[in-house]
Amino acid sequence: MNDFIRQLAEITGPGFVSGEPEERYLYSMDQGTMPPVSPDAVVMPGSTEEVQQIMRLANKHKVPVVPMGGGLVLSGLTRALHGGIILDMKRMNRILKVNPKSRYAVIEGGASEGMLQAYLKKHHPELKHSMPDAPPIATLAGNICIHGSGHLSVLGGFHSDMLTGMEVVLPTGEIVKSGSCSVSTDWFARAPLPDLSGLFLGWSGTTGVVTKLGIRLFPSYAHNDMLIFVCEDADLMPDVISRLTGVQVAEDMTPWMTPKPEWARGFLHINISYGAHSKKELTFKRNLLQASVKKYSDQKIAGFLPMPPPQKSRFLKIPSSDLVTFADLRKGGGFEYVGAIMAIEHFAEAYRAGLNIARTYNVSYSMGARIIGAGHAMMFFYAYAFNRADPEDIKRAQHALEATNTAALEIGGIPWKSELPAQKQIIDKMDPGTFNLMNKIRSVLDPNHIMNPGNWEK
Amino acid sequence: MWLLRAWLDGKITLSQRFAEIMFSCTACGNCTEHCPFPGFKNLLLEAFTSGRESFLDDGLVPAGVRDYLTRMQLHGNPYGLPGKKRADWAAGTDIAPFTDQEYLFYAGDEGSYDNRGQEIARSASRLLAKAGISFGILTGGENSDGNDVRASGETALFEDLAKKNTDLFNNKNVKKIITLSPHSFNSFKKDYPKLGGNYQVFHYTQILAFNMGKLKFRENPEPVLATYHDPCYLGRHNLDYYSPRMMLSAVPGIKIAEMDRNKKNALCCGGGGGNLFTNVLSSGYESPARSRAREAKATGAKIIAVSCPLCAIMLEDAVKTEGLAGDLRVMEISEIINDRIM
Repeated sequence: MNDFIRQLAEITGPGFVSGEPEERYLYSMDQGTMPPVSPDAVVMPGSTEEVQQIMRLANKHKVPVVPMGGGLVLSGLTRALHGGIILDMKRMNRILKVNPKSRYAVIEGGASEGMLQAYLKKHHPELKHSMPDAPPIATLAGNICIHGSGHLSVLGGFHSDMLTGMEVVLPTGEIVKSGSCSVSTDWFARAPLPDLSGLFLGWSGTTGVVTKLGIRLFPSYAHNDMLIFVCEDADLMPDVISRLTGVQVAEDMTPWMTPKPEWARGFLHINISYGAHSKKELTFKRNLLQASVKKYSDQKIAGFLPMPPPQKSRFLKIPSSDLVTFADLRKGGGFEYVGAIMAIEHFAEAYRAGLNIARTYNVSYSMGARIIGAGHAMMFFYAYAFNRADPEDIKRAQHALEATNTAALEIGGIPWKSELPAQKQIIDKMDPGTFNLMNKIRSVLDPNHIMNPGNWEK
Repeated sequence: MWLLRAWLDGKITLSQRFAEIMFSCTACGNCTEHCPFPGFKNLLLEAFTSGRESFLDDGLVPAGVRDYLTRMQLHGNPYGLPGKKRADWAAGTDIAPFTDQEYLFYAGDEGSYDNRGQEIARSASRLLAKAGISFGILTGGENSDGNDVRASGETALFEDLAKKNTDLFNNKNVKKIITLSPHSFNSFKKDYPKLGGNYQVFHYTQILAFNMGKLKFRENPEPVLATYHDPCYLGRHNLDYYSPRMMLSAVPGIKIAEMDRNKKNALCCGGGGGNLFTNVLSSGYESPARSRAREAKATGAKIIAVSCPLCAIMLEDAVKTEGLAGDLRVMEISEIINDRIM
């Protein structure tokens, strides 16, 4: 390995490679519950060409490679399960291009959500992208590759739906492009070509290293507002969500259920964010949203929460800091959640399953969802905070997460960015033909099986 | 923090590499500013300082840090020069020794011994005099303020330096101090009171900001775009982002273009925590100072205005290394003003 590290240093320069115990420890885990696994080395490439050289070298020596963005996935996907190297992409963080008319940006594989947000705010205040509620250091490539979602997901779907093209270095070192950029200098769409981007989305870094990507941008409004709809009956939620999304004015819709603060216990809330170019348009949109659920307001079984403007500003903050507050609930810096992608009609089942699990395992919980598209799906999340310094607390959270994955699959959902045990649960339930095809594709792209091995395996 | 936790849990041991990581921290406070966890965030820097203290206890420190601390211990300054040369920077000026003036002007280590720092000390003191401020300087006997010694975890040495200074200041009946360096300002203001040194402490920009009206500027000055680099110990550590900007905005012909990272988000020059002397942080392309020089250049400014001698030294080196010396000049604020007053 020492010789291999020396060769890596020849590619990137010595300051960007380490096989020292300190770096190996830092890159052995994330903030979630998955146990640490040390890589043999960590390398930070500075260009696509460097990534290409590293992949060729690793492929030649059959050394495992784990691509990593912000390292914030929480489910241990960037652990080097079979040793090898962590390929930390953070140095490749440039915003290469913004096309304000066709509304897309082209960025490097290590560019962070916060960087693009700040860049647009300064240079294109009329544009924004869909921010997830992860810390701003989360990378766009990482989030898109795990099918993340965010503050414009009602408007634009999963973040992978907002992808317009990619440049990827394959495990064997070839550089490939997907989408319009493979034919044109413009990165406007994945259509009308065979959609090769799917080879790299949702694969947990087992098929290649994303070095550039195109992402859709959206209008940034001068006037922004939000409403909170509250009800007590979980069974009403699918219809409420369907009605609210049906009027097609919201940018983001996030139901949330939490036992703290006390005033929120037992209620189901839906935060609905929307924006407009003028106050008149904003009022019009508000009226549409309110009218869509008038049936329930009139019956006085649900309604909109009166919100003074200072309180609204907290909810309009992007990314939201609420999850961070929850993450520190137990102190000790441990936090993980199961996000399960599922159809919205399973809302009540998912909610009750979460309450049951929290009771059974005595864990601090917060539940919620992010609605995707016009009610096309939701990412229902169960978040558990734990104290990293308390092994018993970690174990409790692990059991709760496992039970949650099982429950989500039973309901008909699919755990999102699933950790290793959940991947195996998904594979067990998956159509065998699908899994066979996954393996065939993988063996073609990665004949020496060096890309994040251990993931998506039986 | 994860490494410190791992060490406390016995998962990793103290090592040279670990020491390099710990001593490369400039104590800039950016982590505190951006940590989302209330309570915990305020303990971050103290945790790092305590961690470094453990390395010192084990004698496991990078050579540069060891030599820096040795010079501090033997000579009371990081240059290893005699204490009696401390006031040499004022030779040839009209600055009087401190007797009963309103303020003691403390030039600090860089202002006393570094060539560039001495220029800045002379410039700032000239402007203070022009503004009619009553001040004097000590002519020997004082030591380093010890701010960066404290940050490096060498608490006993810091207390020794501080004790010697407070004894001297108290003997001289010092009540008010103007510091050249934000590092001295921080230490005198926050740490010395716990050690018997109770003074009204000001950074020189805080005095001058409210005396700009006393200065007479030349007419029709050449218009220049300047960007201001916030020093960590005046900005993030003491929340004064405005005194230097007030000064600059009062200068005819100077227009300020902010860098992307400014005020509480400002990028450190990389010189704090003793790094100006210890060189633990790299000086490569991605070093803080060189990144900052490129960021300043991107504003279109012709001048990087600074209010800290450490920042001036770090950024001047970086501007030269980046090949920007022809386009971008690092100037301390009083230098900009002295160039434009009658």
